[in-house]
Amino acid sequence: MQTMNDRTQWVPILIITLGVAITAFPLWITFVASTLTNRMIAQGMPVLPGDQMIPNYMQALFDSATTRIVSPPVWSMMWNSFIMAMVIAVGKIAISIISAYAVVFFSFPGRMLFFWMIFITLMLPVEVRIVPTYQVVADLGMLNTYAGLTIPLIASATATLLFRQFFLTIPDELVEAAKIDGAGPIRFFRDVVLPLSATNIAALFVILFIYGWNQYLWPLLITTTASMSTIVIGITQMIGSGDAMTDWNTVMATTVLAILPPMLVVIVMQRWFVKGLVDTEK
Amino acid sequence: MRRRVIFEHKLLPYLLLAPQLAITAVFFLYPAAMAMWMSLLREDMFGLSSEFVWFENYEIVLSDPNYVAALQRTAVFSVSVALLALLPALLLAVMVDKMIKGVTAMRTILIIPYAIAPAIAGVLWLFMFNPSVGTVSGVMRSLGIPWNPTLNGTHAMILVILASAWKQISYNFLFFLAGLQAIPKSLLEAAAIDGAGSTRRFWTIVFPLLSPITFFLVTVNIVYAFFDTFGVIHAVTQGGPARATEVLVYKAWYDGIIATDFGRSAAQSVILMVVVIGLTAIQFRYIDRKVTY
Repeated sequence: MQTMNDRTQWVPILIITLGVAITAFPLWITFVASTLTNRMIAQGMPVLPGDQMIPNYMQALFDSATTRIVSPPVWSMMWNSFIMAMVIAVGKIAISIISAYAVVFFSFPGRMLFFWMIFITLMLPVEVRIVPTYQVVADLGMLNTYAGLTIPLIASATATLLFRQFFLTIPDELVEAAKIDGAGPIRFFRDVVLPLSATNIAALFVILFIYGWNQYLWPLLITTTASMSTIVIGITQMIGSGDAMTDWNTVMATTVLAILPPMLVVIVMQRWFVKGLVDTEK
Repeated sequence: MRRRVIFEHKLLPYLLLAPQLAITAVFFLYPAAMAMWMSLLREDMFGLSSEFVWFENYEIVLSDPNYVAALQRTAVFSVSVALLALLPALLLAVMVDKMIKGVTAMRTILIIPYAIAPAIAGVLWLFMFNPSVGTVSGVMRSLGIPWNPTLNGTHAMILVILASAWKQISYNFLFFLAGLQAIPKSLLEAAAIDGAGSTRRFWTIVFPLLSPITFFLVTVNIVYAFFDTFGVIHAVTQGGPARATEVLVYKAWYDGIIATDFGRSAAQSVILMVVVIGLTAIQFRYIDRKVTY
C-alpha cells in the first residue's frame, strides 16, 4: 500500500513539473536574454540573469529597441496596444450587453433576424474577408487611426450570446416586480440587470483585453505608420528574419514588456477569467 | 427561447441593437458579400476594369499546385498542432486534478501562455531555436543534431507547430480541468470500491464523460490552427523557406495584400469561409447535444 501511495503521488508531481518546465522555459530564457549584452548572448546564453536589465529596458522603453529599423520607443507601442485592448474590451461589452438586452427583454419585428445577423459574425473572422474589409476601412479613411484599429473588431457574437444566456436566467418575478414599481426598461437595466451582470462583465473584460492586446492580422492590415504600430507587430518587425544582426537583448526586453500586461491581467483576475472562459464557450 | 415577461417599447430595442448591427453590417456582412462577389471577377492588369468570369478564379486556385500544396500543408499543420496541444493538456489536467493541494502556483504558470499572443509565442520559440544564438539549438548542435529552420523547410514547420501548440495547451488544460472537476467524485469512489484501478476508471468513466469537451476542443483547436496561427507564421518564417510553412490563411493574405491579386485572394477567402462555417456548425451541434446530455 505504501508503494502504491508513493507511485500515485510521484507520477503526477513529475508530470506537472515537466509541464511547468516546458511552459516556463521559453519565458525564462527570454527574461534572461533581456538582462544581458548582445555579446553575452552571442557567446552562448548563461542560465542566470545578467546585470544589464535596467539599461536594456530603459533603452527599449524610451529610446529605440533596435538599430536595424526605425522603430518608435516601446512605451508608445505599448500605449497603442493598451488603447486598442481597452477600447475593444469596453466597446464589445457595451454594445453586446445592450443588444442582448434588446433581444431578451423586448418583442419586436425582426428580432430573430437581427439575432441571426449577430450570430453569423462568428463565422466571419477577419481571415476570411481580408481584402474587402481592408478596402472598407480605407474608404472610410480609417487607416492608421485608433478608430480603424478598434471599431471594426467591436461587434461580438460570443459576448452577446453570453449575456443573452445570462439574461434568460433572470427570474420573471423580478421583471414583474420592477414593472409594478413603475420602473421602465432603462431603469430596470441600470438598477437590476447591470449590477447582476458584474461577474460576467469582469470575466469578459479579462478575455477581451487579452484578445485586443494580442491582435495581429488586423493591426498588420490597418497600420502602416510606425507611430500607430502595436507592440506585438513592432516586435516582429524588429526581428526581421532573425539573423545575427538582431539586437536580441533589447528585442527580448520588448518581448517581456509585451507579455507583462496581459499576463498580469490573467494572473490577478484568474478566478473570473477561468469562469468566464469556460462560460463564454458554452 | 424567450421570456414570458417583457417590456413594451416600439423604438428602444432598435436603438439598443443599432451599434452592434451597424458594425456587423459595415465590417462583417458587406465585406463578406464583397469577397464572394470579387471571387467571381477578374481585374485587368492595371486594376481599371473588371470582368465577370463565373468560377474561373476558383478553377485557377484549385488547380494551382501551390494552393494544393498549401492545403495539404495546412492539414498536416492543423492536425499536428491540435494533437500536440490537446494530449499534453489532457495529461496535465488529469494530473492536476489528482493533486489535492499545493498546485495553485503551478496551475497559474500553466495558464500563462493563454495571455501570450501567437506571434509572441512564435518569437519566444524562434529565439530558443535560432541557429546562431538559441539555447536549444546550441544544445542540439553539441549533440550533433542538424538544425536550421531558416534553410530547412521541415525544421521550420516543426518550429511553428511547436510554438503554436505551446501557446494553446493552457486553453485546453483549463477546459479539461473544468470538465474533470465537474465529474462527481462519488462516481469514481463507487468504481474504486468495485475494484476498478485508476487506469480502468479513467477509460471507462472519466474519458467518456469528458468526450463532449474533447470534441468541442478538437474543433476549437482546428479553428485556432487554421486561423489564429497566422501571427506565428508571419513572425517566425514568413511562410518560408521556399513556401514550406505557407498555410491557407497566409497564402490568402499574401496573394491579396502583397501580390494584390484580389480575385484569387477572394476565392481563397470564400473557400476558408466554407471551412469556418462547417467547423462552427459542428461546434454548435455539440452544444445542442450537451444541453440534452
